[in-house]
Amino acid sequence: MKVQLFIQKHTNHITWLVAGLIILGYLSKYFLGNILIYQVSLAVASIIAVVPIAIHAYQALMAKVVSIELLVTIAVIGAFIIGEYNESAIVTFLFLFGNFLEQKTLSKTRASIKSLTEMTPTTAEVVRNDGSTEEIEVDDVEVGDIVLVKTGAAIPVDGVVVEGNGYANEAAITGESRAVNKAVTSSVYSGTILSDGFLKVKATKVGDDTTFAKIVELVEDAQDTKSHAEKFIDRFAQYYTPAVLIIALLTYLFSHDFKLAITVLVLGCPGALVIGAPVSNVAGIGNGAKKGILIKGGEVIDSFAKIDTFVFDKTGTLTQGTTTVSNRIYYDDHSKTALAFAAKVESLSDHPLGRAIQQYATAQHVEYQSLKINNNTTIKGQGIVAEVADQQVIVGNLKLMLVKHIVLTPKQQVDLQQLQEQGSSVVIVAIAGTITAIFGISDEVRSEAATALKALRKSGAKHLVMLTGDNQVTANYVAGQLGIDEVHAELMPDQKVEFVKEFQAAGRKVAFVGDGINDSPSLATADIGIAMGSGTDVAIETSDVVLMKSSFSALVHAYRLAKKTVLNTKENITIAISVVIFLLLGLIAGFIYMASGMFVHEASILVVIFNAMRLINYGKKTSD
Amino acid sequence: MNKKVILQLDALTCPSCLTKIETAVKAEPGVGEVKVLFNAGKVKAEIDDTQTNADKLSDVVTKLGYEVEKIKVKDL
Repeated sequence: MKVQLFIQKHTNHITWLVAGLIILGYLSKYFLGNILIYQVSLAVASIIAVVPIAIHAYQALMAKVVSIELLVTIAVIGAFIIGEYNESAIVTFLFLFGNFLEQKTLSKTRASIKSLTEMTPTTAEVVRNDGSTEEIEVDDVEVGDIVLVKTGAAIPVDGVVVEGNGYANEAAITGESRAVNKAVTSSVYSGTILSDGFLKVKATKVGDDTTFAKIVELVEDAQDTKSHAEKFIDRFAQYYTPAVLIIALLTYLFSHDFKLAITVLVLGCPGALVIGAPVSNVAGIGNGAKKGILIKGGEVIDSFAKIDTFVFDKTGTLTQGTTTVSNRIYYDDHSKTALAFAAKVESLSDHPLGRAIQQYATAQHVEYQSLKINNNTTIKGQGIVAEVADQQVIVGNLKLMLVKHIVLTPKQQVDLQQLQEQGSSVVIVAIAGTITAIFGISDEVRSEAATALKALRKSGAKHLVMLTGDNQVTANYVAGQLGIDEVHAELMPDQKVEFVKEFQAAGRKVAFVGDGINDSPSLATADIGIAMGSGTDVAIETSDVVLMKSSFSALVHAYRLAKKTVLNTKENITIAISVVIFLLLGLIAGFIYMASGMFVHEASILVVIFNAMRLINYGKKTSD
Repeated sequence: MNKKVILQLDALTCPSCLTKIETAVKAEPGVGEVKVLFNAGKVKAEIDDTQTNADKLSDVVTKLGYEVEKIKVKDL
């Protein structure tokens, strides 16, 4: 076995040695006219070069597999027997050299994923009870251990900060490369980098249970999860290779042309066909992984490329998911006063609308905390009445105004109606009996959503649907802004699933896009489930595509990438089949022999790999 | 089947290596499902640890001529 390992390790050296011998042979033939040296050096080259190939062939045969190596070995031995040393030497050299180039180029297509796995931390500094620290393998850390993380180090576990302060770059988990503040009680994730500060972290998840480990495992499995095309080709190759062996045998039996028979063996190698489809998928998945887009395998790419209907969840997907002040209308010149009073009064409640107003006041640099408040009453479902700076302030909805006999001017009534039509919730502010401001508060549509949906349409999406648990008015307004084709509002999660099923029954290929937390049933039911903006366990498990960065440009890129990858696979299969046909015609026409056939083969393998490598950099210019 | 063995190999380059490794590992007694990840260069096998162990599987793979870089065993 030592010999085998030695040969395997030095296959590249053997390749160069063989190349040298072949050059020596030809030099002596054409410059020295010495046919003996030519014959001997080529014969020696053949013998040396066939050894690693034959070993592979033998091992495969032991596993009951008729491999390409077996075809080549038989062909080379055949050529050797009839004294065609130049053919056998060149064929073996090309085969080895081709493998060498394949290795180099394949590792390029795998590089993006490898760079991800290499970010996995390997050691952790554990703080013992006596206060001493010990560096141990990351696999040996146990849940509950306290881990020390210093500036520049990768956080080795998922956990909670118990001491210290710092900034972590969470790009590995969220896809967003920016510093996030981490203090006591903050959650931190394995694989993220502490760019500044120092932390002591109590481990809650370790080793393969961490979110990052799950992401890595997903991506690793993904690149080996075969598409339908790949599975078909695998099955095809399983029968194809033995078939070539039989055809070669028949060729010899009928034509008694030994040279023709061994040529058939070489030409029959299914090289480019076998490698073409997988290499496209690996490059495509790698491209996604680098941009925070996790695609679960070749099959997912296939179905994703066929999607014609996108179903979106509204809250948190098409919209920000947080309520903010989206409109403000003031009716006197003291807008700051109205805002400050409203914010102060709202500080008495923790209602979402109140919080939105406080946040807005803070964002506008309006100082309200120091205002004095007296005699406040909260009226449930209506608002708050209070005395601020010796004036009566009423903050609430229309109902509260009616109760308090405050009359709206015609203009105010129009404004109010307009805001409601936009799907906003409304907060009215009255100071000393007069309305001074109306705030419209809504969950704002993401700024990039409209352009992204247009881009999806341009890339092949035919039908865009929005499903939401929110009310009809808000839903219609958001849909109108975004150019959504179909809207269904006031739905429960299980009703969303029903809609997805209906679309599928109508023959549509449906992708469901959600935040991955509340929509797992729909994510699982759709042809493709896309979880947006959360590298959480649930999202990773239930969806087919995970967008770690919550951005629409990532969604558009993923869709285009899937289409591009499928196209690339088709190109590669076409190239491979054309090469086989070309070789066959060449054989019949008599201009292709063993060495030239092997050359065309190896060249075609490199062509499909290079073609796939174009996917690695796909979209580099267009995306941010 | 009560344990899962993960062997990290050197990079794999020929798709036929897959079948070779898979068949050989599967042939060992006490081995359940075997998955060979071509691109990640990993062998994942479920085993019954009363009949076999990770080192034995590593030997099988080494004998086929592939270097095993790392061995990991997990409870199922």
